[in-house]
Amino acid sequence: MATSTATATREAIPVRVTTGQAPGTEGTMTGRVIRYALIILFLVMVLMPLYVLIVTSFKHSANVTASEAWSLPRSLTIDGWQAAWKSLAPPLGRSLIMAVIAAILSSILGSLNGFVFARWRFPGATTIFTLFLFGMFIPYQAIMIPLQGMLIDVQSQPGMGWFDGIWKLIVVHTIFGIPICTLIFRNYYATALPNEILEAAKVDGAGMLRTYTSIVLPISAPGFVVTMIWQFTSAWNDFLFALFLTNRNNGPVTYALNELAGGQNPNYPQIMAGVLVASLPTLLVYILLGRYFIGGLMSGSVK
Amino acid sequence: MAALYNGSSGTFLPVKEGDDAMATVTFDNATRVYPGASKPSVDQLNIEIEDGEFLVLVGPSGCGKSTSLRMLAGLEEVNSGRILIGDRDVTNLSPKDRDVAMVFQNYALYPHMTVADNMGFALKIAGVDKPEIRKRVEEAAKILDLSPFLDRKPKALSGGQRQRVAMGRAIVRSPQVFLMDEPLSNLDAKLRVQTRTQIASLQRRLGVTTVYVTHDQIEAMTMGDRVAVLKDGILQQCDSPRRMYDHPANVFVAGFIGSPAMNLMEAPVTDGGVNLGGHTVPVERDAMKEAGKQVTLGVRPEDLEVAEDGQGLAVTVEVVEELGADAYIYGSTEQKLLAATGENAGEVPFIARVDGRRPPKKGALIHLTPKAGHVHVFNAESGLRIGD
Repeated sequence: MATSTATATREAIPVRVTTGQAPGTEGTMTGRVIRYALIILFLVMVLMPLYVLIVTSFKHSANVTASEAWSLPRSLTIDGWQAAWKSLAPPLGRSLIMAVIAAILSSILGSLNGFVFARWRFPGATTIFTLFLFGMFIPYQAIMIPLQGMLIDVQSQPGMGWFDGIWKLIVVHTIFGIPICTLIFRNYYATALPNEILEAAKVDGAGMLRTYTSIVLPISAPGFVVTMIWQFTSAWNDFLFALFLTNRNNGPVTYALNELAGGQNPNYPQIMAGVLVASLPTLLVYILLGRYFIGGLMSGSVK
Repeated sequence: MAALYNGSSGTFLPVKEGDDAMATVTFDNATRVYPGASKPSVDQLNIEIEDGEFLVLVGPSGCGKSTSLRMLAGLEEVNSGRILIGDRDVTNLSPKDRDVAMVFQNYALYPHMTVADNMGFALKIAGVDKPEIRKRVEEAAKILDLSPFLDRKPKALSGGQRQRVAMGRAIVRSPQVFLMDEPLSNLDAKLRVQTRTQIASLQRRLGVTTVYVTHDQIEAMTMGDRVAVLKDGILQQCDSPRRMYDHPANVFVAGFIGSPAMNLMEAPVTDGGVNLGGHTVPVERDAMKEAGKQVTLGVRPEDLEVAEDGQGLAVTVEVVEELGADAYIYGSTEQKLLAATGENAGEVPFIARVDGRRPPKKGALIHLTPKAGHVHVFNAESGLRIGD
């Protein structure tokens, strides 16, 4: 598009073609206008729902109608936000505990596994690694019912009554996070951890665990950023496991949000505010740690 | 041993209580075959290294020198044969139980630790208490001029400093054996020569048995008490540098040791000697019995003299390299020349050292004869040395 426009107008402004600008900045005014117009169009399409979310959350529930969905609120109120916070605060806390613990556990396990698969080879390592990878492709729906049954069995053992709600989710998310964390760490260590350093540690007298804690772990920060963000987000956003394994009294925020939205007489400002509240933590994680995320991904693959 | 540890460097390095065994190293038919390889990378290696000796393993790339060192370190499995340190059979021990310290080619410093932590890591694992670690690290740092850098990370050091940290990491442990895998190959030429001398003198001062791997035969000759030449996983010769230079055991060693390389050529056997360019070079009669009709004759460039016209091997000068006091001429001759590896090679020049003040001109035809007693004769078939 831009190229053809540039060709058509080249005679009029020949200088522009030969100024040696960086790629992507060449082209004419028209080309640029079209390019930006398209970008803005797509941006609007993506951000439209978010706009509706935000404006509706500040409206009075009586003023929410289909015909006025697009208009700005006639008078601002934070009733919706207050109501949403009131009903979502406890599940938000549970989600936070669940996602943080699950992310930490699966990252640590993934890091241990990745180290062994990358640098402490044992007979059959390749086969076992392949089996690990299979774990990433298991559809959760397929295993949900036996998983549910098994966890209830565990819970019904004497003294295991506390094992419910987010504790189940912590176990499940930790386990299902292991394959991807293992893969990420294996690739990270294969490039970022020179063999000689491990051999030096061996000669210095360090065993496997000592090598891991003293040598491998301290240089694992980029890998941990990637897996922590990944695992935090996927545990936080999960709804399917929450639906099966928890209830309204012990479930995470995704479950509570569903409850909030599912009533007979939906309070739209409250729902919209609730959606925003529930998605804020993952948003914050990306905004604050996003560049480390990209850096970590790169250091595992390209370096 | 103990006396050596407490020697010239004062309080440096503790006495090993009850573990005063001589740190000899013995390779006893040690063999390493990599999985899937058709022939061994190290084939029945037999070397006995004395306590406190500096042994250099040298050879072209792929000759098995690094593998041998790694077998001694415990980083490479020994498929058959044994390795002993002192009287201990360490063949199946893990590296940490062997009491060896290793310096790696790329130093392998721990990037997240300071210099002091790098050097003290092994002691920390061994459970030595902190003040003692600090003391030993500081003493080693003093020896290696690293005292100002103890709190820096390896990233903030120059190549030479990193190399010294790697040395320090080995010294601090006061192990029974030092293992060094081409520790100088990442330094620039000038620093390499300096460090070469420093390592050699440090080793003599500490008196710790050392096995040193290099591909550089000059390093081998200048540093080692003894030098072991390997080729294709097989030990060719293990001798003092002098002996190695004067009495190479076979054609390969003859060509590998010495720079510029020894001239090797095919020569027919005659009465009382060997024919070189139509003239007889005298060789011991007894030795020639096993020679057959043809031998490989070796003469080092500095063992040649310019003879009267027609009185030796005729060489056409192609290149003259003037080094001041000496000059080397590179030329061609009728005699069939052999490459250092003992195989036929098309483009091997004939090299001779001549007086640097009166070098022949390029294109000149000169006649050269070997100095008496400075020819090396090898069996043309087996490549083995004939006679003394």
